[in-house]
Amino acid sequence: MKDIILIPVAVLGGLGLVFGVLLAIAAKVFAVKTDERITAIAELLPGANCGGCGYSGCAQLAEAIAKGEASPNACSVGGNEVAEAIGKVMGVEVERTVRKRAQVMCSGTGNLATKKYVYKGVADCAAALLGGGDKLCSYGCIGLGTCVAACPYDAIEVVDGVAVVDSRKCRGCGACVNSCPRGLIEMIPYGATQWVACKSQEKGAVTRTQCRVGCIGCKICERNCPTKAIEVSNFLAKINYDKCTGCNICVEKCPQHTIWSARIEGGRLVINREMPEEKAK
Amino acid sequence: MSFTDVLLIMFGVILVENFIFSKFLGICPFLGVSEKPATALGMGMAVIFVITIASGTTWAVYYLLLEPLGLEYLRTVAFILVIAALVQFIEMFLRRFVPALYSAMGIYLPLITTNCAVLGTALLNIQNRYNFITSVCFGFAAATGFTLAIVIFAGLRARLVEAEMPRAFRGFPITLIAAGLLAMAFAGFSGISFT
Repeated sequence: MKDIILIPVAVLGGLGLVFGVLLAIAAKVFAVKTDERITAIAELLPGANCGGCGYSGCAQLAEAIAKGEASPNACSVGGNEVAEAIGKVMGVEVERTVRKRAQVMCSGTGNLATKKYVYKGVADCAAALLGGGDKLCSYGCIGLGTCVAACPYDAIEVVDGVAVVDSRKCRGCGACVNSCPRGLIEMIPYGATQWVACKSQEKGAVTRTQCRVGCIGCKICERNCPTKAIEVSNFLAKINYDKCTGCNICVEKCPQHTIWSARIEGGRLVINREMPEEKAK
Repeated sequence: MSFTDVLLIMFGVILVENFIFSKFLGICPFLGVSEKPATALGMGMAVIFVITIASGTTWAVYYLLLEPLGLEYLRTVAFILVIAALVQFIEMFLRRFVPALYSAMGIYLPLITTNCAVLGTALLNIQNRYNFITSVCFGFAAATGFTLAIVIFAGLRARLVEAEMPRAFRGFPITLIAAGLLAMAFAGFSGISFT
């Protein structure tokens, strides 16, 4: 009776032991010198394997940095602290980079943007795009959460038909930018407090029929900007963050309430938003 | 078993009983590592290498160790152990002595550890009661069939990248459809009887 249990245990245990010992010996005999910096850098990287750097994971980026193929500040998620620590390992000075965050450039929530039909298909933006999306505006957020699924940091949720990035959770990896079939998500400087939340390049009159908060290209912001930081082209305003001083004049002047503003309180971004419905009356 | 029998078994497993298209073994690397024909070929070579050696080793473990002790039922567990150790060993060996081949195979080698095609071959060798030579030949041919399939498929996928299609089909959906069509094409071989 004992044999039924003991022999199999001994055989499998023996096999495992023999292979284990053989592999341990082989590991010693066939040892290859590896670059110590690779492991040191890999430990410094965030380890989320988000792929924002263009490599398949943190280990691959560490290898590329050690070889000199990638720069020490290639990890946008780790930011300046990680870049400096890696710079120390590599013995080089690291350029400081501006931390960025993702921003969805659409304001057409709820009934602000006119719907053309009720979509009941697959919950994926690319799939819904076959029918052109449920909004009349062919530039607006489809709101089915393809970017939500793409975000490795769980920082995006769809609120009232438009995806919203939680700036506290966003690490700036840019995974969502590539996932959006409409190209609505932009990386803007983390400290940017104004942004044009629209991508519509339709003429003003057309935009007006599609969305109450779309950019109509009226150029009021362009004329009023004291530092010439806003430019309107193709009926769409765009802020140049190198020139923007955050004075908020454009936000106040915008007749469509397309330009959003935020303030930074205790290191956190707090969005100021007066709902346009109230102001319209 | 005569030489012709072995040859017939080999051709049968490459075309008619292809591991991927008729036995559904090794689907994971088939879909995962078939984006470029070159890497697909690398994966195929790694699989040929490991399956051929694993066929011989598992045959020896089964007939020299498990069967005499009446422990046939342990073969799945024992084979997994053998294959895992073997792949580890081959990886270390290549890394030390053939670094070029090691970097060419890259991540594919460790991936093979959990590849059901390898375990499948080992178990089929036992199930079909092949002798040592036939087992090794069967393993080699099965892996060759796998390589054939993955390289053809990688060629298809390389063209699919350029093709225009609705966005919802792009990427993985069209890959699965293409795999299905290729499997249907291979089903044409089922009319040929080698054995």
